[in-house]
Formats: sequence, C-alpha cells, structure tokens
Amino acid sequence: MRIAQLARLEISSGEAQQALSQLQAIFALIEELQSVDTQRIEPMSHAQDVSLRLREDRVSEGDQHELFQSVAPQVDAGLYLVPKVVE
Amino acid sequence: MINANLHELGQALAQRQVSSVELTRLFLDRAQRLNPRLNAFVTLDPEASLAQARAADERIDRGQGQALTGIPIALKDIFLTKGWLTTCASKILSNFVAPYDAHVVEKLQAAGAVNLGKTNMDEFAMGSSSETSHYGPVKNPWDCEAVPGGSSGGSAAAVAGRLAPAALGTDTGGSIRQPAALCGISGLKPTYGAVSRYGMVAFASSLDQCGPMAKSAADLALLLTAVAGFDARDATSLERQSEDYGRELERSLAGLRIGLPSEYFGAGLAPDVGRAVQAAIAEYEKLGCRLVEVSLPQTRLSIPAYYVLAPAEASSNLARFDGVRYGYRAPEYTDLRDMYMKTRAQGFGAEVKRRILIGTYVLSHGYYDAYYLQAQKVRRLIALDFAEAFKRCDVIMGPTSPTTAFKLGTKTADPVQMYLNDIYTVPAPLAGIPALSIPCGFGDAHLPVGLQIMGNYFQEARMLNVAHQYQRATDWHVRTPAGFD
Repeated sequence: MRIAQLARLEISSGEAQQALSQLQAIFALIEELQSVDTQRIEPMSHAQDVSLRLREDRVSEGDQHELFQSVAPQVDAGLYLVPKVVE
Repeated sequence: MINANLHELGQALAQRQVSSVELTRLFLDRAQRLNPRLNAFVTLDPEASLAQARAADERIDRGQGQALTGIPIALKDIFLTKGWLTTCASKILSNFVAPYDAHVVEKLQAAGAVNLGKTNMDEFAMGSSSETSHYGPVKNPWDCEAVPGGSSGGSAAAVAGRLAPAALGTDTGGSIRQPAALCGISGLKPTYGAVSRYGMVAFASSLDQCGPMAKSAADLALLLTAVAGFDARDATSLERQSEDYGRELERSLAGLRIGLPSEYFGAGLAPDVGRAVQAAIAEYEKLGCRLVEVSLPQTRLSIPAYYVLAPAEASSNLARFDGVRYGYRAPEYTDLRDMYMKTRAQGFGAEVKRRILIGTYVLSHGYYDAYYLQAQKVRRLIALDFAEAFKRCDVIMGPTSPTTAFKLGTKTADPVQMYLNDIYTVPAPLAGIPALSIPCGFGDAHLPVGLQIMGNYFQEARMLNVAHQYQRATDWHVRTPAGFD
C-alpha cells in the first residue's frame, strides 16, 4: 500500500487485505462529512482566537545531550547511530 | 481511609493522624494486592513512591504542607515522569525511561503530592475501552469481565477500586469522561489550553487535554487547581490568571438553566442509561434548575470529523517513533528505511497502525481538501452549535456514554462499532469546551451510569459547583464496587 509506505509502516499483503476492509468501513463513516455545505465556513484549528506566541531570541536551554541520549538505542560520541541510507 | 476524599486526607495528614508514608503504603499494598484483578497499573515503584512520601512528611513537619502534600496520586502512563518508565502502553516505548517530568507532574511534585504509579491505558490513548494496551486490557472493578472504558481506563479503574485516591488522565475524544462514567467516578476535561501539554505524549495536539479523575467534584477542583495554568513550554497554553476551581462549589443552583440537546436523547441511547440520566435531571429540577430544550444539529458529524482530525494529527505526532532517538528498535533491518518500516510495524499495535494509515491518507496529496480541511470546517460548525446553545442555557447535560460498560472483546472486531461509542464525548474537545462526567446511578447488571455536564469556555468552576451540589443531594459517587470495599 502506498499509504503504508508514506507512513513508514511495513505491512504484509495478508495484513493489507484485512486492514483495507476495516479502513473501508472507516472511510464510509468519514464520507458523511461531504453531506454538509461548508462553502462559507472558515476551518477551525484552535478553539480560542490566539496566534503563536513569540519570545526574545535569547538562549534559555542548556546542553543536556548526555541525559537525552541515555535512552537512545545506539549512540557514539554524541551521535545517533543508524544504518546507511541505500538509494 | 480508602474512601476518604482529598480534603479529608489532607486534614488527616496535617493533623498527623496519619503520615504520608503510612498513607502511601496503604495504597501501594492495595495496588499490589488488587492490581492482578484489574491490570490498572503498568508500573509501580514502591521505593520511589515512599521516598517522595518521606520528603512530604518532612515538609508537613516543617509546617509547609499544602492541600495535596503527602497524598499519593496515580498518573496515566502518557505523562513523562523523570526516572520512571513511561510507555503509553506501547511496545515502542516499553523501554523508555523519561528524562524529564511533564509540566503537570512538576506541578504535583511542587505541591508535595506522591507519584503512586503509572496507570494502564489504550495504546497511545487511541481507544474507548483500554483493550489495546501492549500490557493487556484493564478490567472494570464493577465487573471484571467488562471494560473500564478508555483510554484512561487504568486511572478510572484504580480510583473506582480504591487503589488510588485520585488520578490524572487525558481526554482527546472522551478518554477521561467515558471511563469515569463506566467506572462510576468523576472526571473532567478542561477548556482546551487551560492545562499544559508539555511532557504529555501527543496523540492529537489540537484536542488533547490533561484532566483530573477522582471520587467527587470537590476532589476534581483541588486537582485541577494544582495542575492548571500557563506554561511557556506549551505553545497552545493560554495566558490567563490562575484560578481556584473550587471557589464556587457552594453556590446555589436556583435559576440555573440546563440545556438538554435533543440529539443526545434519541436513537442509540440504551434505555437503562436514559432512565438514570433522566432521574438525575429530575434531581436537578428539585435543586431549583430550569430545563431548556436545545439543539446541537451537527452532533452526527462529530464522529466523522473526529475520526479525520484525530488520526491526521496522530499520524504526524507518531512519526517521531522511528527507533533512532528513543524507544524500541527492530532487531533486524537492511537499511535506514527498512529500520523505520520494521521498527514501527513491530512496535505499534493494530489500532494505532489503523489510525496512522487513516491519518496519512486524509492528509495525502489530493485528499487534504476533501477530508482534513472539510473536517476543520465541520469543527467550526460544531463550535458554533455550542455557542448558539449557550445563549439559552448555562450548562448542557446528557449521557456521557450510550451504554454502560460492555464485556471485554465484544467491540474489538469492528472498529466503527467502537468509534460510535464516542458520540456524546467527541463534540466537546472538537469545540474546545470543558466537559465533565459524574456518576448518576446504575443501569442493568448494576453497572455505573455517567451524567455529562458541558459548559462554555472557562466555566469549569461553575460546572464543578453544579456537579458538587448534586453530590451533596445524592450518594452515587460514594458507592464502591463489591470486592474492593
């Protein structure tokens, strides 16, 4: 499935079949959204009419990379280790 | 002591009738003994909890105790707790020890509360039954073959079973209110932006809110006051004056206008639930309230809108789980892309994968306008419905859930069946308004029924007053499930 690729989820063809029929039921549910006229309606992403706060361009965080990297699967010399990207 | 409310516990601690260590031990013992029946907790760390309790006792001895000092509180395993495992009930975080505390955890720490343990939930908060957990389903203390509701089922079961005096949960589409209803306890979802989401693992960022779960509205007020407030680290946190949410508890309800939406009392509502809710409304009339018929015409579109928006935001939020910086990494892979594909395929459960796929689809090229943008517009229509209704009433009431607790495994085969359960709870987060659930009786098979109270933005104090006055006149909220008393 193209969508599974985009979502970086490996799905076997058997799983894909089952997922598809469940997803089709969900998409049928979602289709109901088309039944209402929203031409003159503004999309709403936040309940309150607020805009993103800005702050002074001042350093406020310290270097905690040792703490944050202590939970990483593979780390060396402050770098995260990952397999090669094969193109 | 296990049935005491937070105020009573605070008094007992302040007067040194009990120490925090004794109180924490009491609940830890119950949790360890009874958790096998409920599977409410993912992590218990008695040593760590008791260390916090000792610090609380020292603080109380110094005369510096506050309302929550020394009281053990259970935390849904979606809140980062420094040094503790934080799993979101997922295999992909099953080895994740949080390097920092969530804002609400910091607030509870500052108040001197004790972390009792991390509660079980639906994986990544996606679900209405707490059955999708990597650690197995949570059971309802009122019927151990029934679900507690979800996704904050572990917190609800822990409070209902008296394994914890109170807990924190999260609500995105009903995940505090519905388990509160199914377990016979009280739970509140605040106005969006009232409580910081910093350190709370994100599911749907425009909907998620942390909220209290406890045995009474008065307890909810105490907890909400402790954790709410502006936090610069959460970009969606609202800059407002801090509030004492218990300040209006004792206000008279005379003249209160209660809106009853026709859409919440129609087809799909189980008769036993309808009866208990109608009885509660009659009780409110006795307290001097006036009933007003209102309409929320877009109610039926709230489910499709939610099941576009929430999965879309989830697909974006869960992209970070890739085996690079934290969490599970697949043991075998060929290249980087393969590592991502396998890590996520192995690390996520079926419901989470389903929602990621839906979300990816509705955001993909060619579909964004028809689905995501349309859902955002329907969302505004839903918010406008509430604004219109609140011109004619002060609060809106109705059932929290269409049925009482269903048996484990009975709705897992068809996702749509599970989603339809959320019909009464998803509108409030879509609009961003506050909503709570309190117990109002029992349905068939002696299973709890919840009454939902919704209010306009920032009306939590008034809503808690409305809930509290009902709890003064009735005793549904002090009932305890058999075997847990």
